[in-house]
Order: sequence, then structure tokens, then C-alpha cells
Amino acid sequence: MFRVTEKSLDLHELIVFVSSPMAGAIATFLGTARNHNSGRRVISLEYEAYPEMAERELARVGEEARRRWDVERIAIVHRIGLVQISEVSVAIAVSAAHRHEAFEACRFAIEELKKTVPIWKKEVFEDGEIWIGTQSERPLNPATEPKNG
Amino acid sequence: MKVKVKFFAALRECVGSSEITREIGEGSTVGELWEALQRDYPKLTPVNMALLYAVNRDYVSTGHVLQDEDEVVFVPPVSGG
Repeated sequence: MFRVTEKSLDLHELIVFVSSPMAGAIATFLGTARNHNSGRRVISLEYEAYPEMAERELARVGEEARRRWDVERIAIVHRIGLVQISEVSVAIAVSAAHRHEAFEACRFAIEELKKTVPIWKKEVFEDGEIWIGTQSERPLNPATEPKNG
Repeated sequence: MKVKVKFFAALRECVGSSEITREIGEGSTVGELWEALQRDYPKLTPVNMALLYAVNRDYVSTGHVLQDEDEVVFVPPVSGG
């Protein structure tokens, strides 16, 4: 299961998907929206994706994890659109015969996702917003200098 | 020939559009298309970020030669998670 969706994420759905009689372990990861970054208060997050390619790249991450570790099933789902603080932005579940492979593949999946999958995060502050990974910070009110964090 | 260019995130905001069609010469590379777009959209000229290039939903290098009807995306640094 490799998907981007505007709906809120349900980890249970991923766990059901990766469940297998061959599995002795299921490792899961949730990325959640944090209320601060670099000392600044974050109000909400907004994610945008190139959806068709993002799902293909998520599948590629899954294939690569499968090539490296003996895992049964993998599910990676990323939310796009507005994500409120504390809500889940990404959910990953990996089943494997043994816990070592499940943990390693789950860790690999989130690290690799952050490097290659065409999804972008915008942090919205009280006095501005920024696309993470770029220098394109735009104050909401140009007269207001961003506060130092 | 014509290619479709999609813009996302910071680049979409710079261009003010999420998708355009652009006429290009035979044999143009994806890097040359980027230079042409910087002339079309002066706001792209100061873009100072490491872009990746995707053609028809696969990452390609800057010298990749474009074909008619290709879908091209200039990928700003990704930040999912």
C-alpha cells in the first residue's frame, strides 16, 4: 500500500494490510505535526505532493526496503493538504518474520521518503510561512519582521 | 514541439500557476527548458535551491533530451515526513 491522501491517517488500516501469518513482528512509524521548529511556534503544516510520482516513489522505497531486508509486507501512506498540530502526516507499517528486519526496514522507509519522494511541507507561523528545504520564506505581512527564534 | 510543465510548492508560488504548456525546439534538454523558463518568469531567476528534474514521473539528469508531449517537473528540495 503506497498512497498519498487528503484524508486523516488510520494506522490500524495499515496494520491490517501488512498482517501476515508469516510475520512475527510489525514495526510502525508515525510522523506527527510538531508545534515548533528552530525555536519558532508552528501553527499548522501544509503538505503538497506531485501525487502520481509520489506514489511511484513510495513504491520504489518499498521495493528497495524489500531488496535489503527479508520483509513480508510494507505500507506507506502520506497525508497532503492541511495538517493540524499533533495530527499524523505520515504512517508506515512493516511486517517481517523477525523484529530486526521490521525495525530496520521501517526506519529505512521514513529516511528514504524524506530524501526522494516529491512531497513538500510548508510550515505556517504566526507571522509568516516557509516551504521547508527552500529559502522561499514569505512573511504574511511584509511589514512584520519574522521574530528570531 | 510542446511539453507540459507542472509546478509545485515554492516554484508554483513563484510562477503563479500549477501547469503550463511550453513550445520548445527539437533536441532541447531539460536544463535548457529551465533556462528558458527563467527568461519567461523573471521570478524564477533568483531561485537558489538544488532542483531535481523529473520527466514523465521519473528523475532524469539535466542533459536529458525532451520529447514532444513530455510532462516535466522541476522538483524543489523535498520535505515530506
